[in-house]
Amino acid sequence: MTYTFGLDTFGDRNSDADGTPLSHAQTIRNVVEQGVFAERAGVDFFGIGEHHTAYFPMPAGDVVLGAIAARTTRIRLGSAVTVLSSDDPVRVFQRYSTLNAISGGRAEVILGRGSSIESFPLFGYDLADYEELFEEKATLFAELLKGGPVTWEGKTRPPLLNQDVVPHLESSPFPAWIGVGGNPQSVIRAARLGFSLALAIIGGPPDRFAAYSQLFQRALEKFGRPPLPVLVHSPGHVAATDEQAKAEFWPRWLEIIALIAPERGFAIPTEESFNWETGPHGALYVGSPETVAQKIATNLRALDATRFDLKYGMPGLTQDQLMTNIELYGRQVIPRVRELLS
Amino acid sequence: MRELSRLAVLGAGHVGPVVARLAIKAGYPVDIATSGDPEDIALITELVIPGARPRWASDAVADADIVVLAIPLHRFLGLDPALLDGKLVVDAMNYWPASDGVLRALQDGGSSEVVAGRLAGSAVVKALNHIGYHELEDRARPAGAPDRRAAGVAGDDPAAVATIAGLADRIGYDPVRLESLRAGRVLQPGGPVFGVVLTQPEFERAVGQDARSLT
Repeated sequence: MTYTFGLDTFGDRNSDADGTPLSHAQTIRNVVEQGVFAERAGVDFFGIGEHHTAYFPMPAGDVVLGAIAARTTRIRLGSAVTVLSSDDPVRVFQRYSTLNAISGGRAEVILGRGSSIESFPLFGYDLADYEELFEEKATLFAELLKGGPVTWEGKTRPPLLNQDVVPHLESSPFPAWIGVGGNPQSVIRAARLGFSLALAIIGGPPDRFAAYSQLFQRALEKFGRPPLPVLVHSPGHVAATDEQAKAEFWPRWLEIIALIAPERGFAIPTEESFNWETGPHGALYVGSPETVAQKIATNLRALDATRFDLKYGMPGLTQDQLMTNIELYGRQVIPRVRELLS
Repeated sequence: MRELSRLAVLGAGHVGPVVARLAIKAGYPVDIATSGDPEDIALITELVIPGARPRWASDAVADADIVVLAIPLHRFLGLDPALLDGKLVVDAMNYWPASDGVLRALQDGGSSEVVAGRLAGSAVVKALNHIGYHELEDRARPAGAPDRRAAGVAGDDPAAVATIAGLADRIGYDPVRLESLRAGRVLQPGGPVFGVVLTQPEFERAVGQDARSLT
C-alpha cells in the first residue's frame, strides 16, 4: 500500500511573536515559504483552502500555488478545497490546468460544496442553491477533466457546445477529489461522478467515518468504476511535546471556533472537549510527533484511507511555530506513520 | 409489551441518518426517505443506517406514528403539508439565514412555530435540533449513566411532548419538557442550550426554569 501525506492551510493569518497580526500580504508570502519548506521537509502534498475572511485571507490559492510550483520540483500542489459551487468550473479547470503546466504535472484539486460559505454572497450566489450549484458544476468539472471538446447544458451557467477549453492537459487528468463533511449523499455523488473521496473530519471520533469509506467503494462498484483512494483531512498542530503543542494551539482554536460557531452551529469548545478531541479517540491531531503519528496510523487503518492531510496552522500562530510544525511533520511524523503502517 | 412507535425519518443528509441509527438502536422500527427514489438511498441505508428501510416519503409517512423532519428548513417550506396530516411530527430543523435565505416569518420568532403553522393537521414537537449531529450519537447514554446529558422537548400538545420525551429517553438523553413551542425557542440557534451538551440540572438552569414543575 502506498500512503501519501499532505499539509493543508487556509492562509491562516499569522501573528508576530508579540501577538500582533501580520498583514495579509505578509501572511501570503509566509504561505509560499511554508510550501517550499514542506517539500524540503519531505511532505508529499501542499494544499490551500479557499477562504475570503480577514483571518483566512486566501481567496486565490492557485496563484500562491503557482509561486510555490516555481520554487519546487517534487511536492504535489492543490486546492483544499475550492468552493466549486460559487466558482465557474471552466475557470477552475483552467487555473488548475495552468498550475499543472507550470508544475510539470503536480496539480490536484479538491472540490467543496460549501462548508465555507462566505464566497456565496460575495459572488452573487444564493447559498440555498448550493446543492443544485454543486451537483451541476461537479458534473461539468468531471467532463472537463476528460479533456477534449465539451458539450454541456445546465441551469447554473451558460451552455457549452463542443467547446475547446484550454490549456489542454498534457497527459492524464490531474487528481480530483470531492470534499465531504458527513453527508452520505455527497459520498455517493463522488462515486457516481468518478471523483476520489476527501473526508473532512474536524470533530468527534474519526472511526465513525469508516462506513463512509465502505459506502464509497461499494458505490464505485455499483457505478462500474474502479476503486479510488480515500483521503482524510483533519486539523492539528505538531510541536516538540504534547504540552507545548496543546498550549500553542488551544487558545487559537478556541478563538476561531468561537468566531465561526454562531454561523455554522458549532459548539464552543471547552478545555474538557479539547482534551477529548486531542486524545486518542478525537479528531484533532495536536501533540508531539509520536502522538500525532500514532493517531494518523490508527485512523488511516480504521478508515481504509491512503492519504492524510494535516490542516496545520490557526490564525494567530507565528511563522516560526508553523515552520516547526512543518519540519516535525515532514521529518518525524511522516516517516513514523510509514513505519507503523508497514 | 406494546411494540414501539414506527418512525419515518425524512432526510438522509447529516442529521437524518444519526437520528435513524439512534432510534434503531433503541428498538424503534425506522423508515427513511428523501424527496426522491428510495433506490437512490438503498446503499446508504445498507451501510450507514443498517436496519432502516428506505422508502418513498409518502409511504414512510403513511405507516409512521412519528415523523422526524431532518431536512433543510427551506426545503420543508416546499413540502406539501397534507403529507403530514394527522401525524406526530418532530421538528429537528433549524433556521440558518445564510443557507435558508432570510425568511421574514422566521426572523424574529420561533422556527417550530412557523413549522406548526404550516402543519395545522399535525402535532408538532421541537426536539433533537439543539445537539450537533456530530455529538448526538457520541453523547447518548443509557438511563442512569452519570454522564448522561439532557435533550429539550417542546410542544403545545402535552401528549405529543410526552411521547417524544419517551423517544429522547430511549435514545439516550434525559428529556427536559418545555410547555410550548414558544418556550422551545430556547432550543434554537443563539439560544442558551443550542450547541452545548448539558446535564439535566445544567440544562434546567440554562433555560431558567425547573422542568419538573411541567411534568
